[in-house]
Amino acid sequence: MYKTAGTTKLSDRPLAIPSERAVRLRSAFLAAVACLAGLLLQGCSSPPHNPSGGPVVIQYWEKWTGFEGDAMRAVVDAFNRSQSKIRVEMLTVSQIDQKMLLACAGGNPPDVAGLWSYNVNVYADKNAILPLDDYLAKAGIVKEDYIPCFWDMCEYRHKVWALPTTPASLALHWNKDMFREAGLDPERPPRTIEELDAFAEKLTKRDSSGKFIQMGFIPSEPGWWNWSWGYFFGGKLWDGHTKITANCPENIRAYRWVRSYSEKYGAQQIQLFRSGFGNFSSPQNAFLSNKVAMEIQGVWMHNFIEKYAPKLRWGAAPFPYPSDRPDLANTTIVESDVLVIPNGARHPDEAFEFIKFVNSQYGMELLNMGQRKFTPLTKVSPEFIRNHPNPYIRVFIDLARGKNVYATPEMSIWTEYRDEMNAAFDDIWLGRLTPEEALGRVQARMQKKLDRELARLRRIGKKGFED
Amino acid sequence: MKDAVEVFEKPLKPKKRKISPSARRELTAALLFISPWIVGLGGFLMYPIAASFYYSLCEYSVLQPAQFIGIGNYVDLFTDEVFWKALGNTFFYAALSLPLGLVLSVAIALLLNTGVRGMAVYRTIFFLPSLMPVVAMAILWLWIFNGDYGVLNYAVSSSTGWISAQVAGLGRFLNQHGIESVGRALQAAAPILRIEGPPWLTDPAWSKPAFVLLSLWGVGHAVVIYLAGLQDVPAHLYEAAELDGANWLQKVRYVTLPMISPVIQFNLILGIIGSFQFFAAPYVMAPNGQPARSAYFYTMMLYDNAFPYLRMGYACAIAWVLFVIVLVCTLVALRVSSRHVHYEGM
Repeated sequence: MYKTAGTTKLSDRPLAIPSERAVRLRSAFLAAVACLAGLLLQGCSSPPHNPSGGPVVIQYWEKWTGFEGDAMRAVVDAFNRSQSKIRVEMLTVSQIDQKMLLACAGGNPPDVAGLWSYNVNVYADKNAILPLDDYLAKAGIVKEDYIPCFWDMCEYRHKVWALPTTPASLALHWNKDMFREAGLDPERPPRTIEELDAFAEKLTKRDSSGKFIQMGFIPSEPGWWNWSWGYFFGGKLWDGHTKITANCPENIRAYRWVRSYSEKYGAQQIQLFRSGFGNFSSPQNAFLSNKVAMEIQGVWMHNFIEKYAPKLRWGAAPFPYPSDRPDLANTTIVESDVLVIPNGARHPDEAFEFIKFVNSQYGMELLNMGQRKFTPLTKVSPEFIRNHPNPYIRVFIDLARGKNVYATPEMSIWTEYRDEMNAAFDDIWLGRLTPEEALGRVQARMQKKLDRELARLRRIGKKGFED
Repeated sequence: MKDAVEVFEKPLKPKKRKISPSARRELTAALLFISPWIVGLGGFLMYPIAASFYYSLCEYSVLQPAQFIGIGNYVDLFTDEVFWKALGNTFFYAALSLPLGLVLSVAIALLLNTGVRGMAVYRTIFFLPSLMPVVAMAILWLWIFNGDYGVLNYAVSSSTGWISAQVAGLGRFLNQHGIESVGRALQAAAPILRIEGPPWLTDPAWSKPAFVLLSLWGVGHAVVIYLAGLQDVPAHLYEAAELDGANWLQKVRYVTLPMISPVIQFNLILGIIGSFQFFAAPYVMAPNGQPARSAYFYTMMLYDNAFPYLRMGYACAIAWVLFVIVLVCTLVALRVSSRHVHYEGM
């Protein structure tokens, strides 16, 4: 019975046993709670705020990996070297748009985040990012410093919410070797849609069993902008205020043109041909492996050509326009990566210092030379263009500076709209619905959703698009 | 029995029971000890369930305060054609994959239970695929289903090609030996027998069947459960059946299946729940349910609304409707199947 010291001790004061036990239990429990709480608090606690007068550490989440990540890291290093008050810690985060949002909802966002331009209006409407106007005024950064379309992407409801980093515009890429082989002038890309169709026919080859060996052009390749074809025919997706215009005559014309390809060549045959394409980022990429002669692609395509098909002879030119609409020449879709300060960031002032550095001419040219894109600033050093590895960089810059420039619509229901358009594209492409039917459905569905969204924004006291 | 209840109830009825200080301390200690569980259940299960129901009655974009809108989300949902499309796709998938999976897994289990040598090896082989991470499996099946280069279509076209060649050869042989009418017919039929597989994942008509095929990949999990059930079937029942002159099929029909019927029912219920929650594979293999939303399953719609579209209230409504559907299906399945389920010793 009296085996351990503990029980011996208890036996001296038999009456005290229950309370002693309770005390022990309580202290054990309190210790456990304290441990748990300590762990939790440690998990939630912020990085030490400037404890010994050292630099303020700010967290920067960015999506890039590989050489694109290295280019941004070089800018971060340059910023950290340039001063001693702020130190930027860059962290590569996949699916950054959703993770940043959840971090905001959880009250622990990074200080700077690199999003996509189409996130800006959505996140601004959700109060997930901070307006930068006061900072911009203080830093003397103005609209005129930027190529207009890239500034417009960052502006929403009369406020500026982001600054661009690495912009891109889309152009027609063509394969000069395949042009030569088909008896076309390798230095002359198609200028009108009609020429594009005629060239495409000449560039398409089948084997004896009727299977495609190569094709001139496929509207569903690479399939990243299936929602955008209307713009190249003068259409719009909405009026910028309250009306969806998915089934405007120009859009219907555009998707009739899309359908003409799957009608002419056979939707199933093309799908079968496409299923043989490798991953985009591989030498089996349809354009890089001489399977598709013309493709709409962004300024980054050059990087993949260099990496996977350095011997490919190629060119880039503005995407063709319908011959009866010469006013639509030089139409392009632009997008950009942007830097934002999430709502709830601990060091917004320091975060803006970093954003300002990236948006200096030096920072922009360092970053965009590294990523081999172009700078969104109007001021460009002559060396930047001269030393740029992409021989067609001017084409992309001129397209972005042109007047037929379109970005994704600035509406907070854009993600849904895009998915809706992509589903309609499939239905039209496969001949399951006519362009009128498919776009009519999109029109009805999205108008309803936009009406509801505008009503919601009014209810929570945000100005809609009526002004 | 009745008295005992009354005796027991009496002391409970009067106002407050007096608890001695020591009992109170014991109670406190007990509550403290189970508190992690209470906190876990309350904080991580009951609260989210209650909150999701509340949010299903709200417009809620996660970052802005929720606004109560009554049953608006549910009204929207039932008038949303994409909802019906996703629901239809999910029912199509469940209606095919459940019975196929059930039959296949019982069949494999019966084969494995015949006392073949090296059963442990076979069992492992059939079980292994279900251990594979879903995303890795999805990427693998993207290539298996590839219309042009996929190993599935290669197997289909080469095996049917072989059959077709044999039929044509037979036709020629018959032709040479004077039975021309049959020979000609065979030669004419031969090319039809050669089947080229469809472009599974890019043809709206084949994308759902492709996912049904894919679901059979994970059948090993159920096989192992059936095997355990089969080993519990008493040998004396088989002996009795043999004495009565039952053949193999009759033994399976009248002894094995009734004896493992509770296991089948268990797998059926799990299968119903699982097939309504089918998500990861189509999410990876058919983003947005492409082509043309033909592979847009219910949980994908839930996910899209919750995260990419930031319509958390709507997503909660979708989740609650899913809960009701699964509940009803499970109850119906239980009710219908219970008549055929035999519990030993009951």
